Amino acid sequence: MDNTSVMEHQTENSHETTTGLDNRKLLMWLFLGSDCMFFGSLIATYLVHQGKSLVGPYPLDVFDIPTTSVSTFVLLMSSMSMVLAYAALNRGNIKGFRIWILSTAIMGATFLAFQVFEFRTFVHHDHLTPQVNLFGTTFFTLTGIHGAHVTLGVIWLLSLFFHSYRGGVTPENSLDVDLAALYWHFVDMVWIIIFTVVYLFGVFRGF
Amino acid sequence: MGTDSKINETINSEHHDHPSPAIYFKVAMTLVIITAIEVGVFYIEDLKWGIIPVLVILSGLKFGLVGMFYMHLKYDSKLFSSLFFGGVVLATCVCLALMTLFKYFV
Repeated sequence: MDNTSVMEHQTENSHETTTGLDNRKLLMWLFLGSDCMFFGSLIATYLVHQGKSLVGPYPLDVFDIPTTSVSTFVLLMSSMSMVLAYAALNRGNIKGFRIWILSTAIMGATFLAFQVFEFRTFVHHDHLTPQVNLFGTTFFTLTGIHGAHVTLGVIWLLSLFFHSYRGGVTPENSLDVDLAALYWHFVDMVWIIIFTVVYLFGVFRGF
Repeated sequence: MGTDSKINETINSEHHDHPSPAIYFKVAMTLVIITAIEVGVFYIEDLKWGIIPVLVILSGLKFGLVGMFYMHLKYDSKLFSSLFFGGVVLATCVCLALMTLFKYFV
């Protein structure tokens, strides 16, 4: 796509800007870039404290990879339903949009349910709390903040779903959905990294 | 009127530029397969430390697929890619700096 058409289609929903790009979308990308650094520092904090806990439980004692793989699968699928919601809206298929965005919110809520189940198991069964050791502190901080992002995303998706019944979501203002989709995919991306670095590396016996 | 038709034309051309639902489905299946490979590789004990680069590459591949196709970075303005990947590069630098500072690699 040449630069002219990029600049033209970015202005479909908005006022003219000096960059030719919509300022809200630009701001969202800027936010996501800064959020990368936020999560980067949290992941680094987890890694530098890895293997430094003086008392258990340790990652090997608590992580259940098959269960976490299922929750990862659910989050990956939610990303697919999110793009399908956006695609349906752009085709003017509001009913399709509602179905897919509700599916996305449900899958996001399912992921959160997995996380609540995991946290409860860690606390009540494995006696791992943020106060117990460095692993507990860094693990709950990192995954808890990611969970807070997912929660915010689910609320955002549900608000768009209900807003569509009031005529507030149309192909003409699809940028509103695009912004929510970007945020949702970012949350998925962060989980891709967390799943590998925290869970898979965490249970790897070499560390 | 002329402007309206131009905008409509632009919107239509944008929709053609974005991937079709079939492509989105293929990307999703690829993501699932890569995740399955990650979990499968994790149980191969013979790999030992070799598992680290394998998992890093696989998760990087997933990260790239989501960014390129689902977030439309492949089709959108390069400025968006620069802003986002600028953040990713800085985040990686922050990670490496912290890990070096805390003697993680020693």
